[in-house]
Amino acid sequence: MTERIPALRLENIVKTFPGVRALNGVSFEVMPGEVHALLGENGAGKSTLMKVLGGVHQPDEGRIYVEESPAVMTNPLEAKSQGVVFIHQELSLAEEMTAAENIYLGELPRKSFGRVDWPRLRADAGAILDRLNCGFGPDQIVGELSIAKQQMVEIARALTVDAKAVIFDEPTASLTDAEKEVLFDVIRDLRTQGVGIVYISHRMEEIFRISDRISVLRDGTYRGTLITEETDEEAVTKLMIGRSLDLSRHVPEGALGGVALEVQGLSCGHLFEDVSFKVHAGEVVGFYGLVGAGRTEIAETLFGLRSPSAGQILLNGEPVRIHSPVDAISHGISLVPESRKEQGLVLGMNCRDNMTLPQVDDLTAGPFVSEGAEIAVFDQYRDRLQIKTPSWRQQVKNLSGGNQQKIVIGKWLSMRPDVLIVDEPTRGVDVGSKSEIHNLIRELAGQGYAVIVISSEMPEVLHVSDRVVAMYHGRITRTFTAAEVNEDNLVQAISGLGGGQVA
Amino acid sequence: MADTATNPVSLKRAGNFLARQGILVAFVIFMVGFALANDRFLDMDNVLGVIRSSTILGVMALGVTFVVISGNLDLSVGSMMSFATIVVLDLHDKIGPELAIPLMFVMTMSLGALIGFLVGYLKLNSLIVTLGMLSAIHGLTLTYSGGKNIDIADKEGTWFSILGQGSALGIPIPILIFLGLAALLSILLTKMPFGRKVYAVGGNGTAATFSGIRRARTVFCCYLISSFCVATAGLIQASRSMGSQNTVGQGMELEVLAAIILGGASLMGGSGTVFKTVIGVLILGFIQNGLLLIGLEFYVQYIVTWIIIILAVWLDIAAKRGRLWSPIA
Repeated sequence: MTERIPALRLENIVKTFPGVRALNGVSFEVMPGEVHALLGENGAGKSTLMKVLGGVHQPDEGRIYVEESPAVMTNPLEAKSQGVVFIHQELSLAEEMTAAENIYLGELPRKSFGRVDWPRLRADAGAILDRLNCGFGPDQIVGELSIAKQQMVEIARALTVDAKAVIFDEPTASLTDAEKEVLFDVIRDLRTQGVGIVYISHRMEEIFRISDRISVLRDGTYRGTLITEETDEEAVTKLMIGRSLDLSRHVPEGALGGVALEVQGLSCGHLFEDVSFKVHAGEVVGFYGLVGAGRTEIAETLFGLRSPSAGQILLNGEPVRIHSPVDAISHGISLVPESRKEQGLVLGMNCRDNMTLPQVDDLTAGPFVSEGAEIAVFDQYRDRLQIKTPSWRQQVKNLSGGNQQKIVIGKWLSMRPDVLIVDEPTRGVDVGSKSEIHNLIRELAGQGYAVIVISSEMPEVLHVSDRVVAMYHGRITRTFTAAEVNEDNLVQAISGLGGGQVA
Repeated sequence: MADTATNPVSLKRAGNFLARQGILVAFVIFMVGFALANDRFLDMDNVLGVIRSSTILGVMALGVTFVVISGNLDLSVGSMMSFATIVVLDLHDKIGPELAIPLMFVMTMSLGALIGFLVGYLKLNSLIVTLGMLSAIHGLTLTYSGGKNIDIADKEGTWFSILGQGSALGIPIPILIFLGLAALLSILLTKMPFGRKVYAVGGNGTAATFSGIRRARTVFCCYLISSFCVATAGLIQASRSMGSQNTVGQGMELEVLAAIILGGASLMGGSGTVFKTVIGVLILGFIQNGLLLIGLEFYVQYIVTWIIIILAVWLDIAAKRGRLWSPIA
């Protein structure tokens, strides 16, 4: 037996961004014929590592080896030509074209005068599709395929080169359970053919089914590698999140007010089903779950952006109907949306106008907008939230992420809502602003606001919440009090492993 | 040390200023050039004449400015202006000017309401809707008039001609209407809540919706304003000529857009002002007039106007991205 060398090896990769050490000496390898899972929380450095591998970022230190020969990646195409290919979560296919055309897009085989060599294209593409056991031919129009089958085309595209290592980045995010099985079969086939596979996912269950080894990143540092057969979820979880939390756990104190918001059996198609919960005045309820678990959709329904298919919403005990954001606002609900650039801000507008946008009809003197009243609102929340901007005239697109987020929070806080929903309050926000925003959320609860915090960051949820609602696949799997919840049972509850424990 | 540090900065600032005001700078260069080439160019008569002949275009451009800021297009204003002109001329002789004018406004603004409904509430693409309306309204006008020119029979016995031909305080009435309307709409756009919503909807429609702004209603109102301005333009046109062909506004939709773009509004929405549009209208008017005065064939103007617009748009995006060409955006 010949000595086995890694298909791909990363050695001591260091990558620093201004103010952040994103990767701190990370080493990682994948053997041919192995499925190596890479795990870590959001912000642990997985995506930075992949960007270094794909040549999007250059590492400050460290080296990359493909079959033990040093490789320098400057762009994804170059990575591909060296046998390192990526299958991304989002598909990038030309839907009107055939599978064969998509597979060889940009590198169609040619005859003289630049004419496409169609017979060769079909034959080559057909061979790859056979290798993947796809069940459709090279002439299939891609747009007619299911998402899972489209993903096969994406994988086939990766295999037009002699792939040494294939990196799957959250490949099951948009697949149904049955489609997942098809994908797993393909991954197993590739493994049998001696390809090294890196599998990135949050979902424990999948990782345990498909992987041979599991490596864990935390805070940009390599935390260790476990052999899948010899370990269990608890050990992996501990490795992944057992950090020395700079985020202390929140201890509820003081009495809560009445029930400000109650949701009974709320459903919205298949996005979420039969969701019931209460939020008291003075309470922060955290919603935790994987992307796609339905948390944002609940928030959007409460804010009138989606119509519920069943269920009831009660505000201060009164049933209400919310058909639009206008209704929601008039009922005292505010939503700080998930994506501040797309949903939260008009980037070309100045700070003041952005902040007063929802109440511009009320800040008037006669028929005219009262600049004085607007500036008063802006100044009040600039001081309260410590927004750093030279003047209210500054366009928000020139502010840092943290200050932009504070503008959005100020915009909704200045509406003096009864219920404040904050979706991903600190996404893309620097560390300093992050803890300021956390403190603010606690402070607001102390002042009697009912607050819902939706977050994909577990430490954040644990830090700010009085109660935590865990969601999986559009359903609430469990509701924890701050005393009950810990990293382990929360991870279980959001992976669908908690098993029938419904609060 | 301080000098070497500040010089490039101040140079860059000057460069930025020029880039941002590129259109005004180009305008000044044109004016100086024309003035040197032809000494009649800056005569008071000529200047007033240019402004006066720009008013119909200008009044239309004021309304379309709202549509453009809200992130949409209106290509129907040319044929809608023909419609307004024909209708008011025809009704003048049938029911008298006192009734003809309001009825024409109602009819023209219903067309605007229809477009506003299709683009705002049904969220159809404004380019497609208004391109279709361009043709549909032309058909409507021809159906209404039976394809004939419409003339007011008794041109002397009516006060109707005052609106297009009269003057007050030595200033032609159309110019007063144009400036008055510009002032009113400018106040609406910059001083009132509605204007703020128009900018928000055009700047980021999703964020506007998330802020509790009724996006559909805002877009609808913009088209209503646009059709109001078109009706006013049609009124001036009818009163000035007292008779008209069915195609009087043909092609004006592009001139209107050209003026707005020259003023520096972005067709992506969210930017532009009434003042900038007025400047754009005047630039277009003076350039066309100047070309005529230096003896360029009238037809050549169409070509030169197009070249000027392309240059203006290019300068505009170059200023935004800081270089003349870039592979992305």
